[in-house]
Amino acid sequence: MNYDAIIVGAGIVGCAIADALARAGLAVCVVERDTIGGAATAASMGHLVVLDDDPAELALSAYSCERWRALAAELPAASDFRATGTLWIARDAEELDEARRKQVRLAQAGIASEIVGGAALAALEPALRAGLAGGLRVPGDAIVYPPAAAAYLARRAAARGARFVTGVAVDALTGDGVALADGRTLRAPAVIVANGCAAPELVRCVPIRKRKGHLLITTRPPAGTAPLANHQLIELGYVKSAHGADGESVAFNVQPRPTGQILLGSTRQFDDTGSEVTPRLIARLLERGIEFLPDLARLSALRAWTGFRPTTPDHRPLIGRWPPRDGVWLACGHEGLGVTTALGTADLLAAQLLGRPLPFDAAPFDPARYAPEAATA
Amino acid sequence: MSATIAIRIDGRDVRVAAGISVAAAIAQAGVVATRRDVAGEPRAACCGMGVCFECRVRVDGEEALGCMARVAPGMEIVTDG
Repeated sequence: MNYDAIIVGAGIVGCAIADALARAGLAVCVVERDTIGGAATAASMGHLVVLDDDPAELALSAYSCERWRALAAELPAASDFRATGTLWIARDAEELDEARRKQVRLAQAGIASEIVGGAALAALEPALRAGLAGGLRVPGDAIVYPPAAAAYLARRAAARGARFVTGVAVDALTGDGVALADGRTLRAPAVIVANGCAAPELVRCVPIRKRKGHLLITTRPPAGTAPLANHQLIELGYVKSAHGADGESVAFNVQPRPTGQILLGSTRQFDDTGSEVTPRLIARLLERGIEFLPDLARLSALRAWTGFRPTTPDHRPLIGRWPPRDGVWLACGHEGLGVTTALGTADLLAAQLLGRPLPFDAAPFDPARYAPEAATA
Repeated sequence: MSATIAIRIDGRDVRVAAGISVAAAIAQAGVVATRRDVAGEPRAACCGMGVCFECRVRVDGEEALGCMARVAPGMEIVTDG
């Protein structure tokens, strides 16, 4: 079969790209070896958050969150979109100073936020422990249930003619398309590798490392109980944890689900490539959670699971043409921000592929920064 | 005949065999559902080994898995059925 573009991977990034290209009138085929939105997409929290510690990441996440807000009214109820906002929590004066610097950086990207003091924080989130210094409230952030959102984007792409082939792996890139594990070949002038942690299996030298995370969800509290959190709550120390060097880290990161359940994150490990839940990490996750939200200890854990973030050395995704191989494009390596940035990634990649004006600067995400030198010379 | 004990299920006094699970006691008492899901549908014990979490009930005020908890004299069990 011949297409204009083949997308490898139907995670939320692949689905968003399929949607964008099908909307532009291209004949698109998406190949997914497992199920739509079943890997990192399903494992993730679905926190739609603007991160500001890197200017490129700020531009990508701010643009993408705006796109999510515009899409919200269209999303089906199962996507559980809620405009919870984010509350970054400062434990002490030093962290509150960091909150103020964060507010300035966000404002430079047009993102509104407000500093809240200790008393205001307690009023916004009564279940937080006493004695916290305050925080930064970012009202534009939101939450979504990622597998349902991915499925919606896939359905919308399919309604515009995109084909989805699931349950079949891509064995190899052929130069003019892909070879499937069942012996079929599909042809297209553009192949977009959007399969996250699996990208190095198809494209040699793509520097993606798996960074394991644990999440835990509680049961619903009894009817009539006040929710334990109203915003997505994150400690300001999170960024240090998220962008720290190798090794293991745990940061307080809590999401109130629409059902009243509490989704508790987040852990980071490079050294562990097995998918099993590690009790030691769950214990650290709970300790950290209870340190901020003491009443968490009164809830029951319903499930814990793990997932893998596709991580690049500079923590920026790879979006664009892969110079060593004609017709190969990358849209992978989004680490823990793939759900947030799926829509921006799709718009950027579609603009590049179609030769249209770019929505924001593509240079920081150019995969060429990791292409083998001989091949780009 | 094994010894029986007195417990309460949804406010009703019942006698059940000592040592059985809370889920078994609920079933013996003729209560079909242990809880209701988000959509309000009744749910009942399924896996019987503490994995599926369908048999969640409140035992003496605390959430518990009916299949893993054992009955004890005077226990107060509240289902959401």
